[in-house]
This record gives sequence, C-alpha cells and structure tokens, in this order.
Amino acid sequence: MYEQFKARAEGVSAEVHRFATKDAALAYLIVFLKQEGVADSPQATALWADSPFLAGVELNALRTIPGLKFEVTRELASHSLFGISQMEWALADTGSLAQNSTAIEQRMVSSLPTIHIALVPTSGILPDMPTLLARVNPKECRYLAMITGPSRTADIERVLTIGVHGPHRLVIIFVDELGGNS
Amino acid sequence: MGSEFKESIHTAITNANLTGALGKFSEAYKINRTKAYEGIDFEELRGRIADLKSDAASRLDELSERFTRNAEACGATVFRTNDPARVREYILKVAKDNNIKTVVKSKSMATEEIHLNPYLENEGILVGETDLGEWIIQLAGQTPSHMVMPAIHMTKEEVSDLFSKEVNERLTSDIPRLVKVAREQLRPTFLAADMGISGGNIAVAETGSIVLMTNEGNARLVTSLPKIHIALVGIEKLIEKFADVATILKALPRSATAQLLTSYVSIITGQTPNSDGSMKDLHIILMDNRRSEMAADPKFKQALQCIRCASCLNVCPVFRLVGGHVFGKVYTGGIGTILTAWFDELKKSEDIQGLCIQCGACRDVCPGKIDIPDLIMEIRRRLVKDQGVPLLQKSIYAVVNNRTLFHGMLRAASIAGRPFTSGKFIRHLPLFLAELTDGRSLPAIAAKPFRDRFATIKQPKLKEKAAFYAGCLIDFAYPEMGEALIKILNKADIQVIFPEGQTCCGAPARYNGAYEVAAGNAVDNIKALMREDVKYVVSTCPTCTVALEHEFITVFESLGQTEWLSQARQLSAKTVDFSSLVKQLVDEGRLTLKEGRALGKITYHDSCHLKRSLKVAEQPRELLQKAGYELTEMFECDTCCGMGGSYSIKMPEISAPILQRKLRNIKETGAPIVAMDCPGCVMQIRGGMDQYGASVKVRHTVELLAEQLDS
Repeated sequence: MYEQFKARAEGVSAEVHRFATKDAALAYLIVFLKQEGVADSPQATALWADSPFLAGVELNALRTIPGLKFEVTRELASHSLFGISQMEWALADTGSLAQNSTAIEQRMVSSLPTIHIALVPTSGILPDMPTLLARVNPKECRYLAMITGPSRTADIERVLTIGVHGPHRLVIIFVDELGGNS
Repeated sequence: MGSEFKESIHTAITNANLTGALGKFSEAYKINRTKAYEGIDFEELRGRIADLKSDAASRLDELSERFTRNAEACGATVFRTNDPARVREYILKVAKDNNIKTVVKSKSMATEEIHLNPYLENEGILVGETDLGEWIIQLAGQTPSHMVMPAIHMTKEEVSDLFSKEVNERLTSDIPRLVKVAREQLRPTFLAADMGISGGNIAVAETGSIVLMTNEGNARLVTSLPKIHIALVGIEKLIEKFADVATILKALPRSATAQLLTSYVSIITGQTPNSDGSMKDLHIILMDNRRSEMAADPKFKQALQCIRCASCLNVCPVFRLVGGHVFGKVYTGGIGTILTAWFDELKKSEDIQGLCIQCGACRDVCPGKIDIPDLIMEIRRRLVKDQGVPLLQKSIYAVVNNRTLFHGMLRAASIAGRPFTSGKFIRHLPLFLAELTDGRSLPAIAAKPFRDRFATIKQPKLKEKAAFYAGCLIDFAYPEMGEALIKILNKADIQVIFPEGQTCCGAPARYNGAYEVAAGNAVDNIKALMREDVKYVVSTCPTCTVALEHEFITVFESLGQTEWLSQARQLSAKTVDFSSLVKQLVDEGRLTLKEGRALGKITYHDSCHLKRSLKVAEQPRELLQKAGYELTEMFECDTCCGMGGSYSIKMPEISAPILQRKLRNIKETGAPIVAMDCPGCVMQIRGGMDQYGASVKVRHTVELLAEQLDS
C-alpha cells in the first residue's frame, strides 16, 4: 500500500519519504529545516504541534535549533515558514493524509505556514476512505481533516497553481517504528 | 424569447475569452474525467448515490430532525427554515448579537441563492469571499458563471487589472504572482474576521456532521480562525449514514474537476475549540426554499439527487459556448435550469430551458443519475400547460397534425423552393427565413417524396415483412435513404411495407412541450403501423425510433392517457433502428456484404438519440468496417452536431458554432467520407460542408451499406 500511496501523493505534488526509525526521520527533518532556511525571525520559524512522535524525544536538544518552536499560537502559525504535525492515517488509493484535528493547534500548523511537514506512522496507511470512516467516531473526532497534496487552485484561466491559502509544499515523512492508531 | 435574453446569448458567443477558456476546459475535462474514473464502475457507483440520495429525499423531515438532534448534542445550534428571508435575518441577528464587523466566507452556492452578501453589506458588515474565483468576481462586482469555477469567464489580464486596483500597484498577468497576491491580501482578513460563513457539501443525519471540500484550503481557515461559524446547508445535502460520505466523495471530486480527491476535506461534528480555549459558536442552517415541495413532486424529486458537481455544465455543448451568465445569477447549466425553475420560479426558466438541445450528454455523466434532459422537457411541458403554445407554433402543429395538409404543403414548398435551389441544396431563403440557411444549406425538398416513390419500387413477394417508418426528413428530403433500406432488407429476404397512414413522430411537438399534440401523432402512427402484422418496424431515423420505441409510451403516461398504452408497448417491442437490425441479419448469416474490398478511410459521427437513447454505437461501426471501410475516429465523435430538430431554427446562433466544431473535427481526420445514422445529422452536417465548400462526403450508413451488398 505504501507504494500506491507514494505514487498517488506524488501525483498531486506531495513529497514522500520513508524511514525505519524515529532517529533517522528526525535527522532528515532537521537537515531539511536547515536547508530550507529555518531561523528565529518572522517568515522563517518552524512550529511543531503536539505529536506522539515527540514522546521520548529530547525537546531541549531540539530547542537549540534557532526558530524551531513548540508553542502554537495563531500569530506564530501565521508567520511560520514550517508547520510540523503528526497525521494518524494515510489513504493509499487517493494519496491523502487524515487526522483527528479537533485540537485547533493541529489545524493551524497544517494550514497557515508555507510548508507543512507531516509525520505519519507507516502502520497508519489504510486502503481507502471507507476504511477510515469505519474507524472514526465523529462524536470524538469533531474535526476530521483530510489533506491531499498542497493547497491548489485553477481559478484563473484553469491554470493549475500551487499554494493559495494553505501550504505551498506538503512533505510527508513515514516512520516505520512509530506506532499508529490503526 | 425576450430580446434581452437573445442579446445575452449574442454577447456570450462573441466573447472570445469566454468561449476560448470554456472550450479548452470542456475538451480537457472529458479526457481527464475518464482517467479519474479508471478502475471504477461508474454505473454501479452512481446507482448507489442515486439510491441513497433518493432515499434521503423521501425522508427530509425525519433526517432534518435527526441531524438537528445529533448536531445539537455536540454543541451546535441548528435552525431550519423554508424561507430565504428568515435565513438572512438569522445570520444578521447572530452577527449583530456578537457585534460582528468582518465576515470571511468560503464558497457557498446556497448563500448565492439567497443573495446573502449584498444583504449583509447593506447592514454595514464587511463580507470577504476567500475562494479565489469568488473573490475575483466579488472584486469585479459580478456573479459566478459556473458552480465550481466561478470566474472561468475571466482572463488573467482582467484579473491582474482588478488586483492592481486592490493593491495599488501595477501587476503583470503572471498567474502564480496573482495567486500570491490573493494569499497576501486575504491572510489579514482571515485573521481579523470574527465570523466565518461556509456552505456544506454533505450533511450527515446519523452524526450531525457537515462535510466541506476545497482545494485552496480556505474552508479550513474559515471554519477554524473566527470564533463563530455559520454553515448554510440546503436540505438536499442531507444523507442518512456517515459511511455514505465516502460514496459521495468518490464521485464528487472526480466528476467536478477530475480529481481523485480535493486537497482538503473537513468533516465537522459539533463544536470544536478556538485558539483561546473557548468553544466555537457553531450555527447550522438547514434551508428548504422549496426543496420539500420538489421532493413531493413525483417528476422532480430526482433533482434532489444532485451532488453539485457541475459535470452537466462541463459536458454540455451549449454551455461551453454561452457560459453561465446567460442562465441567470445563481445556478447555471442543465441542473441550474431545473433549480432556477424551483428556487426562483417556473417563469424564470422560460428562456433558459430553451437553451437545452436535448443531446443527452449530461444524463450519461450525472453521478446522481438525474435525467436532466427529461426534467427540462417537463419544465417545457408545464410552461406550455400554464401559458399555452405560442400562436405561430400552434399553427405549425395544426398543419403537422393534419397529414394531408402537411404533406400537401411540403410538396408545394418543393416547387416554391425551386428558385433558391441549386442542385441538392437550398442555399438562401428570402426574408425572415434566411436565418435557416445561415451557416448551413438546407436540402432541396424532393420532387417526389418517398411515399409516392414507394409504389413504383419492385419488391419480391416474401413471407417475412418489416414496416418502414420513414419520418418526415426521409419522406420529403432524402427518399433515396428509404430506397437503400428496401434494397438491403430484400437481400435478407424481408419484404418492406410502407403504411400510408404514418405521420410525423411527434418529436417536434414534444420537444416544444406540446404533449397533447405529440399524443395525437402517437395515436395516428400506432393505428397505421399496427394495422398489418409485421415482424419489425424499422426506421433509419434515430429520433423517430426513440419516439416509436419509448416516447409514445412516456407521452401517454405523463398525460395519464391509457387507451393506447398497450398498443404503444406492442409497437415498442417491434421497433428497431436500422443498424441494429442489419447487424443482426449479418450475424445470422442472412445478409452478406462484399468481402475483401478496400474502400479507404471513413469517420463516423454518433447521433445523440442513437448513441445515448438507443445505446447503439458499435453496430454501424462494425458494419462499415465489414464492408471494407477503414474507420478513423474523430475527436468528440459523440458530441452533438447542433441540429437538435427545430433547435437549429430557434437558436441558430448557438447551433452554428456547434456545427463548426463538428465540421472541424471531421475534417481533421482526413477521411473523405463521414457516415452517420440520422437524416437530421446528415441535413445539418451536409449543409455545413456545402456552405464551406468542403469536399467531405456526408452519407447515411444505409446508403453506404446498400452499395456494398454481395450479389
């Protein structure tokens, strides 16, 4: 299912990576942030919303990276270059990610910054939407968000243009050893 | 037809930006849609959607109550009303109670339906549309021209002019730059807005959830950043089960924009936390606005199966020429014509219903399985019932229905038409009739109609008999097509009889809403065709075949007439189109075509009624190839030629460009011959080729096959 997901997600301009361990994923993430210019100044910060991934990770070590922050506010989210969150599920047949986004912090980091980095447990890959909906209880999952590729429009002369109100880039990082809800 | 309406058609058709953008989109759409549905059984999927939506439409009250209960249990406030005025008042009250200054909106056709923006703006509230297309038309002071792509009628230059004024800076027409400007301009509005208004793509009774889909991500912001969220949802969006969301989402993005899924889907169930820790004030308005009345109408209930994908606009040969503004201010295209007749009033649809050429392309792609052309016919029928048939039309039907008089007049025309006839065509007609020959020559009326020639055709006496239903065009313009049919059937040991009492099939009256007239035609034809015991009733005109096979029955049924119904059913069972019959005879070994001949390239045009009403497409192709032709398919082979019976006479300005497109597609194949199974299409396409001096031969399949019989 991973290969199907990757092909579908890349088909809608998402970037897909996969790592066996959390350490390897984290190392990649840090290099990526630095390469793309993370810094402690407006329009360059990275904002990481509360994620199961962070359990057991030495936060103080991460805080030494200038511009990487963990306290999500709407002002900060609106001025951040990167938003990082963990998405619980991936749908193989459409290349979509899905998350219980009831907590507004999760929505802010994935909708306001320019680049959204999504960490996903590989075990969270599901075949399709019917499987997802069968697992979700909407009374608890008050805001179920599905994300398929970056924000896009074709409203001017039907020319596909990436990045309108949401992120311009969607970077998906699968982590094999991350336990999932699935 | 009002002169204002005619003027709007003229403006649209001569707007090169509009026709260019729409034309390009519609061409790409068909190809991309097919690709998006690869591996999916569309018929099975739309069967399920139609069932679940139809079931919901039968239980709107029950599902509204369930939705309300479940959404309110999760902290939402639900308000249901039939009255658009009360919707507006409710929203204004929520705004005033909370001292709202700025509202952000994500795209919602329901808010367009009730003209919400001007109402709120009059009350001093700033309303910001955030969907890029909606924002563009808001800045331009226009209304959407398409349900899914509201600004498709505008060029990037026009958009850059609008944006330049907005940001006080001269912008170029670079599209990515324009999109960036929109993001930068709207971001502060999002952050400052104290209320968000959205529509809803689906409302789930079982859970009280609403589903929102966007590509830009604006609905996520509209529903997340402001502390108040109002969702305005038409009650036709209700479905019962949460699991069925997946069924609709499988079709909606594929049919709307040929995407597997939109970039963002949000399923919201009740209140969610705001960024300051408080809970969202969520109001959901279930708007009826005559939808319940629609559900109670046995004919129009199916219109509630619409999931608002707008694929009926995207495949419509007329819409791609005229765009949305011709249809009015809110809902456009095929389904828009129906919704306008209900949400506005029947009278409002009087002009726009006439835009439908009845080609049936929308019926084939509708994911809600709505028979849109049939519902538009029903609007016509009700308009005629309310207002009567216009006098001129009435006098035409009086003539058509009086067989002797009609035939006499056509014969007289064959003589009167002579001064304008050159060879096989009438190239110019005088005075007001000149529009008929605009862009297309008309066939000369045959000196001797088929009914007079028939007696002189020598046939062997054979046991098996078929009755030939000629139809007006073959009888009076193309008798040679009837002769070709007799030649072929005789070869297969079938004797052809021509029941003299046959008359017009009633299609012209039916397509103009005059069902009583069509029923009269049906009775006359049933009497004539059922008199002798024949094995088949065969026609070389698909429109006539559809009338004999299906429409006599439906006309009687819709008028509640039962006297001739069982005879109509018997006639239906015997009726067959020419290509299907010949294919069957060839398969049975009763008829052989000359083998091993190389007749060169040919292309085939699918006639609307043959392909989409009778579901016949492969039979003529196989026969022509068997006869020795090398088939080269044209682009959009099954798109209407613009004839549509009297449509080409009533709407010449639309019919002509549709024909132009068809002629171009034919010529681009390089084939010297184009075949088709309909004398109406022959008339249109042959006339077009003649007018433009093209050398492509336009032939009915029956003529081509008659030339290739094995002796």
